[in-house]
Amino acid sequence: MGVEYLTPEYEVIRNENRCIACGVCVRQCANEVHAFLEGTEKIISDDAKCVDCQRCVSLCPTHALKIVKNDCRLRENANWDNDTIREVYKQANSGGVLLSSMGNPKPLPVYWDKILINASQVTNPPIDPLREPMETRVFLGKRPQKVERGADGKLRCELLPMIELSMPIMFSAMSYGSISYNAHASLARAAQALGICYNTGEGGLHEDFYAYGDNTIVQVASGRFGVHENYLEAARAIEIKMGQGAKPGIGGHLPGSKIVGDVSRTRMIPEGSDAITPAPHHDIYPIEDLRQLVFSLKDATDYRKPVIVKVAAVHNIAAIASGIARSGADVIAIDGFRGGTGAAPTRIRDNVGIPIELALAAVDQRLRDEGIRNDVSLVVGGSVRSASDVVKAIALGADACYIATAALLALGCHLCRTCQSGKCNWGIATQRPDLVKRLNPDVGSERLVHLMDAWRHEIKELMGGMGINSVEALRGNRLMLRGVGLTEKELQILGIAHAGE
Amino acid sequence: MKRVYVNEAWCLGCHLCEYNCAFANSGLQDMATALKGKPIYPRIHIEGSDAITYAVSCRHCTDPICVKSCIAGAIRKRDGVVRIDQTKCVGCLTCVLVCPYGALSPNENGVMQKCELCLQNSCGEPACVTGCPNRAIVYEEREEDA
Repeated sequence: MGVEYLTPEYEVIRNENRCIACGVCVRQCANEVHAFLEGTEKIISDDAKCVDCQRCVSLCPTHALKIVKNDCRLRENANWDNDTIREVYKQANSGGVLLSSMGNPKPLPVYWDKILINASQVTNPPIDPLREPMETRVFLGKRPQKVERGADGKLRCELLPMIELSMPIMFSAMSYGSISYNAHASLARAAQALGICYNTGEGGLHEDFYAYGDNTIVQVASGRFGVHENYLEAARAIEIKMGQGAKPGIGGHLPGSKIVGDVSRTRMIPEGSDAITPAPHHDIYPIEDLRQLVFSLKDATDYRKPVIVKVAAVHNIAAIASGIARSGADVIAIDGFRGGTGAAPTRIRDNVGIPIELALAAVDQRLRDEGIRNDVSLVVGGSVRSASDVVKAIALGADACYIATAALLALGCHLCRTCQSGKCNWGIATQRPDLVKRLNPDVGSERLVHLMDAWRHEIKELMGGMGINSVEALRGNRLMLRGVGLTEKELQILGIAHAGE
Repeated sequence: MKRVYVNEAWCLGCHLCEYNCAFANSGLQDMATALKGKPIYPRIHIEGSDAITYAVSCRHCTDPICVKSCIAGAIRKRDGVVRIDQTKCVGCLTCVLVCPYGALSPNENGVMQKCELCLQNSCGEPACVTGCPNRAIVYEEREEDA
């Protein structure tokens, strides 16, 4: 191929007055952007290879580097913008489907940012979380429908299996293979230290992490990678993955180059073979089949593990959730269209699915209307970015939130969105041993614990301001929310009033 | 006593420790001013190959052979730290010969220098440790050396 028409997306700017030619950038860039000019102490950069992951910027000891967006632009066009034209060039070059990673970056509405939280003034007192007890603990699973007494007149106290979480957050599914061993180790250790759960994703559970079983949710996806009896037994709960917010309706493809060593063993597939996740579960066609899989998994684990069914937020999500609630599942996890991924076709990631805020409100309302809300817990994910997003989600009706992008950011991810290349400079989305070792789980787990501690404090402050002292009391309390700049229809779906009402 | 330890599992071979060491001991305020365009003489060195790397600096041995071997009496152990009195060093390199870790090296003037845990400069704690991006170098008290 001759000229590819693609100008470099970023420019590496090196302040020559500050560069001491230590070569850290040269050694740390897996994309081989930086290099010593042969026979000299001068470092040169190839802008075309840069993905703007900022590894060199972060490690440069004299702050001599910055990465900026290349301002060499095509002629302005409001219809054919620069990125659209680049994508056409790329496809004309390669003939391939465009691939992207992490969440949808398009400027579509973020409803969290159009929802405001209430606080107590005069009519009821706020609570100071530093002085008074605040409960952030939640339980996920089926609630008992009524109080029952045994033949002896005593209360029957046995409950169905539940997931206890010290705070209403879990680390969402990311498979071993899509992310590194050290990333999984960080998540597992942090989940244990925090008293929450992390999720294995569909790639099986590495034998080293069985020790964290009580804080592990194991996933059963359509590829069934790494699923066996001990895997199910090890877990706190089992999640059936029907779909993912970043790529609803399609499967996955982990290239054979990433199926090496332990990844191959953990997935139970031969080294070098592509891990193809089918789009559907081939044993689930009508919804009755879902019930069969839910109960197969419950049977296999003696009804000791709650079963989660995870779906992407799509147009008929309320009806879908109603079906899942009736399938015997204990928890429904809904993943919004901004959720991340290790690789997805760009067109799917950017155009398929619906916002999690609307899906959550619709599902919670539908389950309440049908009188089956207490049969299931609701967990939502797909770009929950902060403690205030968590509080808003809970007030809209969620029992807990799944976070993954925020967790990866804590581990060092800089959202360059090139996970699919397998050359993650931060040691997260890679299986290259020299890159994997860049993420020390001692550091990673500590940073995750810090993040969650900070969010827990913020959740307590926000709840305290509203005069609410437990997450359970906030759940579904939509009177605590007001919309700004939303249409009647949006407010109606969210089930909240406009600010000022 | 707290010592500098290296965990090779997490050492990336980025060589930042060498530059942080050279800067810490330069006495200057700005790293670019201190190190730009000059060879550096760090007191910690990255050793190894592509497959494995690790930083090596003075172990502050319980019974330091460098102290015994120094013909000028320039190396002494005080408060657990092996130190060099650079005004006494005659540059005979005997310490280089005997140190099993290769922890001593000459500075730009041929006078020997070694890691003194940044206790003598403005850092207060080892610069290699605070600047390590992957916590491969740690400064801690360990049971076996107590």
